[in-house]
Amino acid sequence: MIEVKDIHKGFNGEEILKGITTTFERAKTNLIIGTSGSGKTVFLKCLLGLFTPEQGTICYDGSTYSELSEEQQRNLRKQMGMVFQGSALFDSMTVEENVMFPLRMFTRQKKGEMLDRVHTVLDRVNLENANDKLPSEISGGMQKRVAIARAIVTQPKYLFCDEPNSGLDPKTAIVIDNLIKEITEEYDITTVINTHDMNSVMEIGEKIVFLKQGHLEWEGDKTQIFKTDNQAVTDFVYSSNLFKKVRNAQLKGL
Amino acid sequence: MFYLDDIGRYFLMLKGIFSRMTKGSVLRTLIFKEINDLIIGSLGITVFLAFFIGAVVAIQTALNLTSPIIPKKIIAFASRQSIILEFAPTFISVIMAGKVGSFITSSIGTMRVTEQIDALEVMGINALNYLVFPKIIAMLMYPFVIAIAMFTGILGGYVAGVYGGFISNTEFLTGLREEFVPYHLVYAFIKTFLYSFLLATIPSFHGFYMKGGALEVGKASTSAFVWTTVVIIISNYVLTQLLLS
Repeated sequence: MIEVKDIHKGFNGEEILKGITTTFERAKTNLIIGTSGSGKTVFLKCLLGLFTPEQGTICYDGSTYSELSEEQQRNLRKQMGMVFQGSALFDSMTVEENVMFPLRMFTRQKKGEMLDRVHTVLDRVNLENANDKLPSEISGGMQKRVAIARAIVTQPKYLFCDEPNSGLDPKTAIVIDNLIKEITEEYDITTVINTHDMNSVMEIGEKIVFLKQGHLEWEGDKTQIFKTDNQAVTDFVYSSNLFKKVRNAQLKGL
Repeated sequence: MFYLDDIGRYFLMLKGIFSRMTKGSVLRTLIFKEINDLIIGSLGITVFLAFFIGAVVAIQTALNLTSPIIPKKIIAFASRQSIILEFAPTFISVIMAGKVGSFITSSIGTMRVTEQIDALEVMGINALNYLVFPKIIAMLMYPFVIAIAMFTGILGGYVAGVYGGFISNTEFLTGLREEFVPYHLVYAFIKTFLYSFLLATIPSFHGFYMKGGALEVGKASTSAFVWTTVVIIISNYVLTQLLLS
């Protein structure tokens, strides 16, 4: 579980996050949504420890990040897995080497043991016969699977995903969303996903945090988001023509 | 103020490179890869350039010796001195600032743009140590490249001088050995060691701290080449003043 209390973060005198307080629960897919410029990425980077909030605290299962020593912060980061928007796979490494990378860096396992673990997670993300390929030789959807495999290979306690299905076709995007949800439940991890894709919200949004101009505007789950009368949230949700038509049909009782 | 800020950040980067070392077994692999990319990959162009620079130096010296009282062996002497003192260490390093420097900046810059550096930092890895330290160690082999450039440059001078009919074989070999000062080699290699450090770190700085997209990677590579060359030329002057005057 991650507890965020009143965090503020700014750059060059401009406040980007203006006192966000929320909780992300374990074994659930927690989504951060909002329009561009609402502070989603800055918030995610604060959760990852890449940015230090000027005010407020972030607690990871009871450990307050700002109160930990540098060594303890590094050890905590080793329990985090991250799936980047562009996958961020290492170009010069094969799929297998990319997934093995965290194991090589942080464990003393023998190569055989590492390979066993790598093949297990690659099987888990349904990626076979691509072990020796370079990231440039596989599709965007496969790259996302490799990124997920790399993020979970060390069995992290926290998984962060920055727009995991951007650039993917709708069918592959749903597969990736469901994969993340299954892994979250199976590995009992706290997953936080940064997205502006309403399909993801409908598919896997167990806890949704809506940000607007650095404020936490609304929070709830995927059923509540369609019933809320919060204007900012409804504007966001029904900005898509498809959702607008569905809503109009519902209102007309069709 | 802008340049002072960059200079300050460069020295802070150097501090960052040598802290929180990456696991030894991983570093070893990275160092061998960098030796292959930066050193072995530069041998061909170095040999080619040094050979023809040596040849041109020998021909130009020969064509400028119009007085019959100046012995022909001066051609070999002048070629040796210019290649060992200046052409091999400095001229080749300026070219390497273009070849090795732009390779380093663009590879690290691309990693920055595609969030690969963020991925390293999220994992708790010291990205500076992981990316730049192996390059510094690999570039310790750079003096070998310059030694080969010295040999090839003199060979080029010999081929152009002797087979071009400007000087006899005996005269060239006599001139080559005349008034040889071993300290000049020490001076050349001190310069080379400093250049190897600059060649590894200045382009890394430009790549690591770049912001933006693909266009900025190109701009960062260009400015890395310019600044590496400027610093090489200035340090060449300072070291020459310190070590030879």
